[in-house]
Amino acid sequence: MKITKNDVEHIAQLARLEVDDSLVEKFAGQISRTLQYIDKLKEADVSSASLASDAVFQTNVFREDKLEESPGPDVTLANAPERDDDFYTVPRIVG
Amino acid sequence: MEMHELTIHQAADLLEKREISSRNLVLSLLDRIEDLDKEIGAYITIDREGALSQADRADSRLAKNEKDPLLGIPLALKDLLCTKGLLTTCGSKILANFVPTYDASVVSMLNKAGAVTLGKTNMDEFAMGSSTENSGFHITRNPWNLDCVPGGSSGGSAAAVAAGLCTSALGTDTGGSIRQPASHCGVVGLKPTYGRVSRFGLVSYASSLDQIGPITKDVRDAAIMMNVIAGHDKHDSTSANVKVPDFTAGIGMFEKEGLKGMKAGIPKEYLDVKGLDPDVEKAFYDAKKVLEGLGVEVVEVSLPHTDYAVASYYVIAPSEASSNLARYDGVKYGFRDRSADELIEMYKKTKSMGFGDEVQRRIIIGTYALSAGYYDEYYGRASKVRSLIMDDFTKAFDQCDIIISPVAPTPAFKIGEKIDDPLTMYLTDIFTLSANMAGLPGISVPCALSSDNLPIGLQIMAKRFDESTLIRAGYGLEQSFSMAGRNFEIPRGKPGGKI
Repeated sequence: MKITKNDVEHIAQLARLEVDDSLVEKFAGQISRTLQYIDKLKEADVSSASLASDAVFQTNVFREDKLEESPGPDVTLANAPERDDDFYTVPRIVG
Repeated sequence: MEMHELTIHQAADLLEKREISSRNLVLSLLDRIEDLDKEIGAYITIDREGALSQADRADSRLAKNEKDPLLGIPLALKDLLCTKGLLTTCGSKILANFVPTYDASVVSMLNKAGAVTLGKTNMDEFAMGSSTENSGFHITRNPWNLDCVPGGSSGGSAAAVAAGLCTSALGTDTGGSIRQPASHCGVVGLKPTYGRVSRFGLVSYASSLDQIGPITKDVRDAAIMMNVIAGHDKHDSTSANVKVPDFTAGIGMFEKEGLKGMKAGIPKEYLDVKGLDPDVEKAFYDAKKVLEGLGVEVVEVSLPHTDYAVASYYVIAPSEASSNLARYDGVKYGFRDRSADELIEMYKKTKSMGFGDEVQRRIIIGTYALSAGYYDEYYGRASKVRSLIMDDFTKAFDQCDIIISPVAPTPAFKIGEKIDDPLTMYLTDIFTLSANMAGLPGISVPCALSSDNLPIGLQIMAKRFDESTLIRAGYGLEQSFSMAGRNFEIPRGKPGGKI
């Protein structure tokens, strides 16, 4: 599979990345080569294979529905780039 | 013997007899770090004050004859394990200012066992890489040859252990990131079974593959570290609720019975791997002979889907990464670009300025593999191939107790040699990443020096939760290999010098 500069820009948009022009070209080449290599998966006969979404555990793990002490807003927001009182603040969302 | 040469068990013995104090041990390592780490670059953060205060606490407990497995022992932690109040960067600019408000479970366990944290070690950003050249801060050099990489992604931890800049270290392994740098730096690296060690407080890369484990000067130290960090943790839903053995018992078993009755498998597909260095091949066959001398029966086994392992891994790991790394959006913690005046723009600028090239490449590959129209073709197919790889191992382990192989196709390569060719770098993971795909434990034990005087390790893999057998076999090999006069003295200001 070969991907173009446009593909890289489109996927970057999906991933919320802003890849500058000089990198787009480099990435398109490097990622194309990787995807071409990955294409060998198409040769594998997977008709009898199941999905292995987890290497060891296939069952759900539940915890007791018990109230526990929370660390509180000052601990939770200790690393916030910007905060206002007990809230995270972000740039405007709608215009 | 110098302080920096001590293993955990040697240091613990001297501490217990009060022949040394933890403070003096820590001070001598801190001095050595100050002296040598400018050249090696093993650490991102040194916690001098914290280490000395932990050492003093350990000394006062030692004075009261208190006992704990790591009491007063100075360790280094890979910088993706959360340490309360101590910078945790994951090798990334995006977390350059991140000071966790809690300890990872393994860090709590080490603290409870009396260990001292010297600092946090360098790594490929978000553990993505095999050379530690992808760190957002600086590269790490191999103590055996400063022109070479230490391997990765736990290159800082492996280099720190090899150069005597800590007594032992923790690393993490998603596709070989403990075993490969251990092999390149001439130390022991153990990747436990998936689920054996809690991942709570570990910065996630590929959650179905990541595992924390020790990087140590010898096999006994690896067993001692495992005794402290293994076990079920309610904070990690993938941590296994299974019995934890005394891992040092594997050593006792070797001393009592050698390796008699053990069967080792050699996967025939591994012998066909292209680009296997002749020195690595020779080291592997020499190690096989050593095993046979210890009473091991060697049999040929088959892992028919080996040829698809790298391809499958480089779909699954980036897919999981693209999902895990979506959280670094500049809202709750980490770096935020403040020039944007609109939310989506802020996300984009923050990520693109905060993440390095390799991380962005893998996010793009992962996003692509999971995107509409491609999911079945890539992630679905890779996941099916993964289950075939798991079946291969189950069948192979019907015929043997351990599987042996090289760790990496070559000894440590030169800095800069592969950095612009990601695919070639990915292909060097061929021998290690299958253990992650199948959730198996694996160990790298130093077994030879190349013609260029670079260490070469042997990989041993075992069945799930059978780390004890790895330790028994690894210890047996370690006792037999003649890495004569392994010495941690590294060249001062002479890049390319030999130990």
